[in-house]
Amino acid sequence: MKRVNRLFTIAIFVFLYIPMVVLIVASFSKGKDITEFEGFTFMRYAEVFQDRSLLSLLGNSLLISVLASGIATVFGTVACMGIHNLKPRMRKTVMSLTNIPMTNPDIVTGISLSLLFVFVGSKLLQQRNSLTFWTLLIAHVTFNLPYVILNVMPKLHQMDKSLTEAAMDLGCTPLQSFFKVTLHEIMPGVITGAIMAFTMSLDDFVISYFVTGLDFITLPVEIYNYTKKQMQPKIYAMFTMLFLLIIVLMVIMNLLQLRQEKAKRRDAK
Amino acid sequence: MSKELIRLRDITMEFDGEKILDGINLYFNDKEFLTLLGPSGCGKTTTLRIIGGFLTPSSGDVLFDGKRMNDVPPYDRQVNTVFQRYALFPHLNVYENIAFGLRVAKLPKAEIQERVHEMLGIVGLKGYEHRRIESLSGGQQQRVAIARALVNRPKVLLLDEPLAALDLRLRKDMQNELKRIQQTLGITFIYVTHDQEEALSMSDTVVVMDKGRIQQIGKPEDIYNEPKNAFVADFIGESNILDGVMLEDYKVRFFGRTFKCLDAGFTPNEPVDVVIRPEDIDFVPPEEGHLVGTVTSVTFKGLNYDIIVDFRGFKWLIQTTDHQPEGATVGIRLNPEDIHVMHKSEYSGMFGDYSSYSAEYDELTEDADHEEE
Repeated sequence: MKRVNRLFTIAIFVFLYIPMVVLIVASFSKGKDITEFEGFTFMRYAEVFQDRSLLSLLGNSLLISVLASGIATVFGTVACMGIHNLKPRMRKTVMSLTNIPMTNPDIVTGISLSLLFVFVGSKLLQQRNSLTFWTLLIAHVTFNLPYVILNVMPKLHQMDKSLTEAAMDLGCTPLQSFFKVTLHEIMPGVITGAIMAFTMSLDDFVISYFVTGLDFITLPVEIYNYTKKQMQPKIYAMFTMLFLLIIVLMVIMNLLQLRQEKAKRRDAK
Repeated sequence: MSKELIRLRDITMEFDGEKILDGINLYFNDKEFLTLLGPSGCGKTTTLRIIGGFLTPSSGDVLFDGKRMNDVPPYDRQVNTVFQRYALFPHLNVYENIAFGLRVAKLPKAEIQERVHEMLGIVGLKGYEHRRIESLSGGQQQRVAIARALVNRPKVLLLDEPLAALDLRLRKDMQNELKRIQQTLGITFIYVTHDQEEALSMSDTVVVMDKGRIQQIGKPEDIYNEPKNAFVADFIGESNILDGVMLEDYKVRFFGRTFKCLDAGFTPNEPVDVVIRPEDIDFVPPEEGHLVGTVTSVTFKGLNYDIIVDFRGFKWLIQTTDHQPEGATVGIRLNPEDIHVMHKSEYSGMFGDYSSYSAEYDELTEDADHEEE
């Protein structure tokens, strides 16, 4: 039985990671395609760093992800404080409402956001070009928020309520007690929330596709355009690097969680 | 007479239509060790939280030095709290935990250092400055919590069942420690507990509470020797509580006999509750006894025997070192100072009958408690 279990696990991992392996192998290929592997080379990586437009697209993507996840983390954490202080019934309602956008199909979110931006931009603000960097940023902050709230909320619940009371007892105003005590307690949740939001932003294609204008294009949107033509091997190299970045972030996230669990177990003793 | 620091005037507190506190009137003097004592749900912690500023009473006034403080937030009050589960900041070490209040008040560094070290000395934690909170034992965390509150030199320290999480031995040590600290620093302590022994041994004044009302205020000796009603008599120590009639001053009749007592000031022939403490009763040969009964159960308790004696169907608890076998016929004599007479109250008839008492019964309920956990 044990052996069957192990085989299954291995099979699942093979299925999950074979595409990535193919991609990584392709990125080191001298040939034009995966089908013709003609020897090992780092050339593709060099090409990525020589391609100005590709780098600027990557820059755009990183910029929007950092900004959107940063803003969403601040807003989300503040929102959590508010939600936490609601009465239980109200709190449950608000939590369900924040969770719905996560399960909502991206294409629906994308189109509805796009409609909203065009309506507000052209009708209310009289803009000719209503889809811009700012609409993209707003859209990203919007879909990032639930991930932050989802990660911060449990930390707030776990926190001993008397900690903030103790801080106030010792002279802190509510704001001071948030920065001096509460924030430290919920920090692991804030960080995992931020990382999750960042990765969501970085690889978002569907929503971005509908809400971005011609002046600011992110990497996933542009790559979609590439797929219509012959795919350039340097793209594989860049994907490999992105994949590694995500892996690193995920490892950090898991290590953080592991450390917390250890601390919790120690406390329980 | 020492100075009055805090006064609660007609405090009521309601949560969702439920009355938690019902007309609390209480004052706290300078340098006093006052204990709010009562079963869980009696409103003692709520009272403490109102003084600390964490709750605003539904009606009534909280006065500090004669000034109304109802709406003043905790951070502007000159009181500090020791929380039930200490509420130490896990991301700070011992030194920083204690220094927290002083840093918020932006005191000069040198003064902070001096005061924190002084406090570490008082609570006996010198050399623990850089220890992490998690690495401390329960008793040590307790000391940090006390130091963290006291370093701010509050006029009043509020303590919410601070020893509840400690084991018995440590609890006894900390009781003495707390009393010593209170006397050294000359600060008012307002202490909340459900442990009557703790309350009696530490306090200058005990306030017994139940159902959101104050049942009795007094010195520990007075609370024990002169309980005001059946609730207090039963909650503070063990009591046999009997129906009686106060014939006239110093004369009370119960169990078909008239006894001399030390109580006066009742209306003639007033129905009363009579309290007889189990440890005040001595056995005599049956023919010499005021009352004669049969021993129905004997439990060895270490210091003494708990003996249940049936007097005409009403069972008394008697605590004595004088062993009697089960089934023996015994007599007892009651001296005037053994008898305490109380007015009838809403608690009459609810306590003080040991008919259902048995050692096995205690064990059964304990088992049930464990299962719930």
